[in-house]
Amino acid sequence: MESLDLHQISVRELNQYLHQELPGKGITRLEILNPDGVHSIAAGMNVAVDIDIMGHGGYYLGGMNKYANITVHGSVGWGVAENMMSGSVRVKGFASESAGASGHGGTLIIEGDASLRCGISMKGIDIVVGGDIGNLSGFMGQAGRMVVCGNAGDGLGDSLYEAVIYVRGTVKSLGADARFEPMGDEDYAAVAELLARAGFSHDPREFKRVASAKSLYNWNADANQEY
Amino acid sequence: MCGIVGLLVKNPNMRDSIGELMMPMLIGMTERGPDSAGMAIFGAPVAKGELKFSLYAPSMEFNWQGLAHDFDAHLGSSVKISTQGNHAILISHLEAGTVRTWIKQHYPGVHVLSVGQSIDVYKDTGLPADVAARYDFSGMRGTHLVGHTRMATESAVTPAHAHPFTAGEDWCLVHNGSLSNPNSLRRKLQHEGILFETDNDTEAACRFLEWRMREGDDLHTSLQKGFEELDGFFTLLMGTKDQLALVRDPFACKPAVVAEHDDYVAIASEFRSLAKLPDVKNAKIYEPMPEELYIWKV
Repeated sequence: MESLDLHQISVRELNQYLHQELPGKGITRLEILNPDGVHSIAAGMNVAVDIDIMGHGGYYLGGMNKYANITVHGSVGWGVAENMMSGSVRVKGFASESAGASGHGGTLIIEGDASLRCGISMKGIDIVVGGDIGNLSGFMGQAGRMVVCGNAGDGLGDSLYEAVIYVRGTVKSLGADARFEPMGDEDYAAVAELLARAGFSHDPREFKRVASAKSLYNWNADANQEY
Repeated sequence: MCGIVGLLVKNPNMRDSIGELMMPMLIGMTERGPDSAGMAIFGAPVAKGELKFSLYAPSMEFNWQGLAHDFDAHLGSSVKISTQGNHAILISHLEAGTVRTWIKQHYPGVHVLSVGQSIDVYKDTGLPADVAARYDFSGMRGTHLVGHTRMATESAVTPAHAHPFTAGEDWCLVHNGSLSNPNSLRRKLQHEGILFETDNDTEAACRFLEWRMREGDDLHTSLQKGFEELDGFFTLLMGTKDQLALVRDPFACKPAVVAEHDDYVAIASEFRSLAKLPDVKNAKIYEPMPEELYIWKV
C-alpha cells in the first residue's frame, strides 16, 4: 500500500499528488502518515480511493470530497468534509466545529463527539455522529439527514429547511422554527440504514425526529421579529 | 485571527526544558499570528519582600545598567537586573507603585510589562520564530507559561499591543478574538482609577478581570461578570502564579484544544501546535466547551 508522510512532504505537495498524479494510477488504497493537525489534508478528492489518515487532522480535512472514502484514525479540526459532494469521511475521534458544513452529499461519520455548528447549512449530506453534537447544530440545514446517537446542545436545527435531524439522547433546546415530529416508517428505515452504514448498533426506535415547522418559510409581518 | 498556547508541566524534571517544549507550539501558531509574539513564563518566585518587573525599552542597545544605577542613586535602594536586549528583569524591594512611578518619570520610554513574584513577560513585533530567538524562549525555565502569536485586527502592530497583557501582580492574559465594546469597558474602568497603556481590546478585558479579582471576586466569579460585560469573540488563556485558566465565549467562535498528559497540560488554538509534544499520542485530547472555565494548577 502506498504511504505518504507529511513529515517528508508538505500538504501542498500531498494534495497536488492526490489531484494530479493519483488518478489513473490504479491505486485503490493509500495511507497518510503524521498528519499532525495540518489543514486541508485530502481536500478536493476527485478520484475513487480509500485513504487512511493515521493521526489527528486539522481544518477542512476531506473538504469538497467527491469520490474518496477517507478514514481519520484520530480527531479533526474545524470544517471536516465541508462542502462534500459524495464519497465518505469517517472520523474515529472527535470533530471540531462546523463538521460537514454545507455538504451536498456523501456520508460523514464521526465516531466521537462533534462540536458546535455540526451540519451547518447542510445541503444533502448524511451525517452520523456516535457521540454528542454542540450548540447550533443543523443551522439552516437545507437537505440531508443527521443522526445523533448522543445528546444535542442548544439551538438544534435553528432555521431548518428540509434537512431532518434524528437524536437519540436529549436535546438541550431547539432553535427557532425547529420542532419534534413523530417518527414514521420512513424515518425508522432511514435511521436504521444510516446506523448500519456507520456501524453503530442502536435501536432506531430510540430516536426522535427534529424537522422544520416551516413557519419561517414565508414572511410574517405580524411576527414582530419574534420567533 | 491569533494563536494562543499554554503549557503547564506537572513533571518537575520538565521545568528546565519548558521553553524548549513550548517552541514548536508557538512556531505552530505562526500562520494564525505572524505579526507579533509574546510569552509570559512563571518560574521560581523572588525572595519574600521582593518584586520583579519585566521591562521593555525601545532599543536593543538600551543602557539597562545606567537605569539600574540611576534607580539606586534616586531611590537609595539597590536593584538586581538581568537583561536580554531591549527587555530586562528588574528585582527590587520597593513597592510596585513606587517603581512604576519612578520609571515613568525618569524613563518614559520604558514600559513595565509585568509585575509580580514569579512572572516574566517578553513580547515584541515580528514572526514568532524571530521573537522567540531574540529573547531565547527555548532556554526559559519555569512551571507554566502562556504564549501568543498575533494577527492584529483592531489596533496597531507595536510591541505594546502584543500579548500577553498583564494587570496587577502575577496575572496575565492572552486572547484570540475581538471585542466590540472595549471602549465602553475602558471608560468604565477609567472611572475606577484604572490606567491603560494602549487602545487594545484585550487590555480592556485583562484589566477588567484583574479589577474584579482585586475587588474580591474569585476567578470564576470575575469571568461570570466578564461574560456579562465582554461583548465579542474570545478564547482567553490566563496565567496566575500557580495556575492556568481557559475560557471560550458562549458561541465558541474561536478555537482551543487541550492535551492532558501525566507530565503536562498543553493548550493551543489548534492541534498542530500540540503535535510535537512528547508522547502526545497518549495524552487526552479534547476541545473545551463554550462558557466553561477550565483551571489547571501547578
